[in-house]
Amino acid sequence: MRKFDTKVQYLKYKVLREVARQAWNDTLLENLLEIPKIIVPGKEPTMRCCVYKERAILSERVKIAMGGDVNNPNCIEVIDIACDECPIGGYEVTNACRGCLAHRCEDVCKRGAISFDHQQKAHIDKSKCVECGACAKVCPYGAITDNVRPCVRSCKVKAISMDEERTAVINNDKCISCGACVYQCPFGAIMDKSYILNVIDMIKKSENNAKYKVYALVAPSIASQFTYAHLGQVIAGIKALGFFTVVEAALGADMVAFAEAKELAEKGFLTSSCCPAFVSYVKKQFPDLAPYISHNLSPMATIAKYMKEQEPDCKIVFIGPCTAKKMEFHDEKVKPYIDSVITFEELQALFDSKGLDITLMNEDVLDNASYYGRIFARSGGLSDAVKQGLKEHGLDDFDLKAVACDGIEACRVALLKASKRVLDGNFIEGMACTGGCIGGAGCLTHGEKNKAEVDKYGKEAYEKTISDAIRVLK
Amino acid sequence: MLIQICVGSSCHLKGSEELVELFQESIEKYKLDTEITLAGSFCTGQCNRTGVTIQFDDDIVTGVTTENFRDVFRQRVLTPLGIRE
Repeated sequence: MRKFDTKVQYLKYKVLREVARQAWNDTLLENLLEIPKIIVPGKEPTMRCCVYKERAILSERVKIAMGGDVNNPNCIEVIDIACDECPIGGYEVTNACRGCLAHRCEDVCKRGAISFDHQQKAHIDKSKCVECGACAKVCPYGAITDNVRPCVRSCKVKAISMDEERTAVINNDKCISCGACVYQCPFGAIMDKSYILNVIDMIKKSENNAKYKVYALVAPSIASQFTYAHLGQVIAGIKALGFFTVVEAALGADMVAFAEAKELAEKGFLTSSCCPAFVSYVKKQFPDLAPYISHNLSPMATIAKYMKEQEPDCKIVFIGPCTAKKMEFHDEKVKPYIDSVITFEELQALFDSKGLDITLMNEDVLDNASYYGRIFARSGGLSDAVKQGLKEHGLDDFDLKAVACDGIEACRVALLKASKRVLDGNFIEGMACTGGCIGGAGCLTHGEKNKAEVDKYGKEAYEKTISDAIRVLK
Repeated sequence: MLIQICVGSSCHLKGSEELVELFQESIEKYKLDTEITLAGSFCTGQCNRTGVTIQFDDDIVTGVTTENFRDVFRQRVLTPLGIRE
């Protein structure tokens, strides 16, 4: 049974699980300093140079599991002592250079940056090199490598740089909190802050949902997660944690698709507003296009708003694949509706902190949304839903030309074209993660089958149209 | 009168959307749209083996189905409002 993609995720999970376990038992404060030792017992190091460094870093992980640095507004943080100060040399010639005769690298380099020593081995003059990578592509021995830090490579908004100690630093003015670096850093030196303690506190103080109800709002990408169990068992597990009931955020997606279709027909050009990292990217990098962001709240906030209007005292916790949602729920417009946000990784840690084996549970049900609301979880789903929304509004004559972009690079291309008025399309579906939400940094696993799982889950929906699903909520 | 129809997972699967449609039709038929606000709710914690849970102001009625809808509507809506079928 494989619960995570990487050992970094597993380590993060162990910290979250231990913090949660202590919190449920009301022993967190007294055992706080013991947690690193509980996770790394003994004297032999398992990850770093010595157990003391391992434990020092674990203390930092515990801090982030408990909410992180309150003075940092970003939910993504660097653990400076965990950063391995990876090489940052860019394109470099390695020992694999055989000193051949062909010198393809020299021929292809337009900057004349490549020279040869007396053994005919290539060298790159860094003052001339522009890091185009052409030499690496043509070398028959693959002897030229690109030494870019995984965090820098993963960050498509170029928010990560190095300080004078060669430790990674995040520029919060550029960062969109998508979490790509969190998932990509091989040393686990960049982490998303956790709000599991708020959630545990909320559940405890509700006194079994008697004082107020605590609702779990789950993202549709859950269909691609916890694949070692049935979805119904995951729902049963969430309730066993102490949540009153589970509601599909996909129902909010139905509401959004319906409203967004109308807005699009009225305005003629729109970008989606579902993905908080995409919205943040537009605001930060393409402020001229910000007025064209759909005025609808995200599906999470839309359904939560409805729920709070019906029941103002209730608490709503969003559970999803997304680190950027941890920023979105602090937004002034969203704050009144969402009380906390956790990821699927954190949900797994919560299950295990209470010793809940969901594979042994009876299956519960999850069914509020339509096919269209559910497929929001993968790239292209939102566009399909808006198309359906137009149809259900009787706006078939509106010629929808959707441009579905997944990954920030694709979003950037579409936004650039839109800002120059040369985009062949009138609706940009922007998702910061590759593949859409199923590629989110807070997912337990990322795989090829995830899209198929979401589509399957969509087809199982009881409601086939958006109007049916939101009949009473309109 | 506020009528909240549960659209939580359990009730939804037992046909809450069909009931919403029946309520909307009846409200139109008896011209009650100024008297009645129809809304959704998410689980009142009384998931029943059959039918949907519906809250009429403060009264919770469980087990509402398309079959017993007319009786429930008469008893909970028409009679209190003094309307004859």
